[in-house]
Amino acid sequence: MPKLTVSCEEVLKHLVAYLDRETDAHTTAEIQRHLEECRGCFSRAEFERRLRAQVRAAGSRPAPERLRARIKKLVEEF
Amino acid sequence: MEVGLHDFFAERVARLTDRLYGTALRLTRNSDDAEDLVAEAVAKAWAKLDELGDPQSFDAWIQRILTNTFVSDWRHRRASPEVAMEPEPEDDEGEPFSLFEKLHQPFLLWWTTPEEEVISKLLREDMERALDALPDAFRIAIVLVDVQGYSYGEAAKLLQIPIGTVRSRLARARAQLQRALWQHAKDARLLNRHLSAKAQNA
Repeated sequence: MPKLTVSCEEVLKHLVAYLDRETDAHTTAEIQRHLEECRGCFSRAEFERRLRAQVRAAGSRPAPERLRARIKKLVEEF
Repeated sequence: MEVGLHDFFAERVARLTDRLYGTALRLTRNSDDAEDLVAEAVAKAWAKLDELGDPQSFDAWIQRILTNTFVSDWRHRRASPEVAMEPEPEDDEGEPFSLFEKLHQPFLLWWTTPEEEVISKLLREDMERALDALPDAFRIAIVLVDVQGYSYGEAAKLLQIPIGTVRSRLARARAQLQRALWQHAKDARLLNRHLSAKAQNA
C-alpha cells in the first residue's frame, strides 16, 4: 500500500473546505488520495456528504397548487 | 415576443417550481412569503431573460435571482432602524460540534454503524426543522453554500461580508445544525432503544 502523504489530522483540518470545493488543486488531490486509502476518514467524509445531501434536499418542496396556478397565470401574461 | 422563448421559459419554470419554492421556504420560513418570493423571482427572470447567456444554465440562473432578491431585501431590512432583527452573529467559529464524533463513541460502535442508522432515519421534516431553527445569518449562509452551491467568495460578495465571516458563519451554522440533529436523534430514539438510553448521557 502506498504511504499516505497527509495525516488524518491534516485531512480533518481541511475536510470542510474540501467538501465545499474550496481547497486548492494540490490539497484536493492529497485529500482524495488519503480518502481512497483511509477507511476512518472516508467514513467521516461520506457521513458529511450525506448530511449535506439532506440539507440540499430540504431546498426542494412540492409547491402548493395555489402557487403553481399563480405562476402559470403570471407567465401567460408575459 | 418569441413563442419558442416563452414556451422554453414556461416549461423550465414549471419544472423548477418545487425547487424554487423549497429554497424560498428555507430562506423565508413562511409559506406566504415564500410564494411571493417565487413569483417575484419569476417576474424578474422574465424581465431580464436576455441576460441569460447559455440556456443550459437557466436553472442555476433563476435560483440565483431568487436568492439575490431575498438577500437584497433582507440586507435592506437589516439596515432599517424601524425593523427589529436578530442581532448580527459573532464572527468567531464558536464551539465546534460534530455529529459524526458523537455517533462514533465506543459504546455506540459495539453493535452497529450508528451514523448509518441515524442518517437513514432522518426525515426531511427533521432537517427542515433544524434548518429553520437557525438564526437568519446562519441559515442564509447554509442555504447559499449547501443548497445553492455558492462558493465562499460568491456568498461573501452577495452578502457583502468578508470571506472569513462566511466561513465562520458556516462553521457555527453547521455545528448548531448537527447539535440539533444529535438532540433529535436522542429524543426520537433514532438509535436503537438500548443505545439511545446510553446516548442520553453522552
